[in-house]
Amino acid sequence: MLDFNAVVPSIPYILKGIGVTLQIVLGATIMGMVLGILLALCKIGKVTVLRIIADFYTSIFRGTPLVLQLMIIYYAIPQLFDINIDPMPAAILAFGLNSGAYISEIIRGGINAVDKGQQEASLALGIPYAKMMKDIILPQAMKNIMPALMNEFITLNKESAIVTVIGALDIMRRAYVVGGSNYHYLEALMIAGVIYYIMTLILTFLGKKLEKRMSRSD
Amino acid sequence: MIKVENLHKSFGKNEVLKGISTEIKEKEVIAIIGPSGSGKSTFLRCINLLEEPTNGVITIGKDVVTDKSTNIMKVRENVGMVFQHFHLFPHKTVLENITYAPRNVQGVSKTEAIAKAEELLRQVGLHEKRDDYPNRLSGGQKQRVAIARALAMNPSVMLFDEPTSALDPEMVKEVLAVMKSLADSGMTMIIVTHEMNFAREVADRILFLDGGQLVEDTPPAQFFKEPKSARAKEFLEKVL
Repeated sequence: MLDFNAVVPSIPYILKGIGVTLQIVLGATIMGMVLGILLALCKIGKVTVLRIIADFYTSIFRGTPLVLQLMIIYYAIPQLFDINIDPMPAAILAFGLNSGAYISEIIRGGINAVDKGQQEASLALGIPYAKMMKDIILPQAMKNIMPALMNEFITLNKESAIVTVIGALDIMRRAYVVGGSNYHYLEALMIAGVIYYIMTLILTFLGKKLEKRMSRSD
Repeated sequence: MIKVENLHKSFGKNEVLKGISTEIKEKEVIAIIGPSGSGKSTFLRCINLLEEPTNGVITIGKDVVTDKSTNIMKVRENVGMVFQHFHLFPHKTVLENITYAPRNVQGVSKTEAIAKAEELLRQVGLHEKRDDYPNRLSGGQKQRVAIARALAMNPSVMLFDEPTSALDPEMVKEVLAVMKSLADSGMTMIIVTHEMNFAREVADRILFLDGGQLVEDTPPAQFFKEPKSARAKEFLEKVL
């Protein structure tokens, strides 16, 4: 039988996990964006070594399970370097590194989709490469890839639930703890589900607004 | 002012330019015409190194453009280019399109860049469009903004790569009018064009290219009346 009364007192405890989840997602997104842009620039650049490194990086992080990457960072790095890493930084690091690989592919595609004429016009005006990328090419690429980036962001928000395996106290972990304490797993997990769903709806809404704002020159 | 010696350009096995030599003096207006695939655009794009020549020497003023040690970005500041498809920056307003390079490449102050841009916009008759995004403009207006953008860098040469070919017929005139007044003001211009009347009226010399070779280099009056080569004759019969 469903008995939500048993978990109601624990709802505030589960809700506190939103902050933890958002911290992981925001930290990982910022890291993923910076890394993604750098990797994308390496991939489209003329330096072969950088291109190979960036491609290899991407294939590793896309070719292995995220939960494995997370556990390697949390359990294996301390073993290697004799340092302790807390669950939160480990989670942000793992998600950021992983997300960087995916975002770099999105951005690379976005850059390639910008009309080649934009680069030629920039060259003809004597605009240096870095400024051309920053002010001319990337802003246009970003606009094109907003939907894909939002998608990645939303996926990250949901997938962050696996940090529960290293014990970070996010929404998922807290629901699991509450469920375990009174054997009302279903109720606790359903509450977690509702929270994730509402977060996704809000993110989708914000994403749409952002897309609209960025398309004012259309 | 511009000297081209034995210019060759190949794309893979396809040799598009087969040794072109010519010289262009200051304030000269040159029209390059010829059948499609003759290498006109490639020739133009070699001048500011948008295409890297396979062989040959190009000199602009004192700069040997084809010399590896020449700072090509510096040279390009001095060579304005207008493209068939405009290539305005779609995410920047008309004014930002024009002021971006002067401010970010030449380090001109914001006020100065804006003043210059407004003057140029008046010159091309588009001052009221200064705050619009390019997507609000017609093709002819876009091209006039593109001309203003190139002029904002104070170039000593202007290259035009089929500037009216992508325009609806009713917009060709407004762009040609701007180009004509630019020519009258003494700008050195190299124009790849299919507008024969414009070439006849405005150009000082016609360069006729065919099959990657400079077949003819004549003043327009003579070129359109009695071209020296059989190939030019044939071409003119088709287009006129």
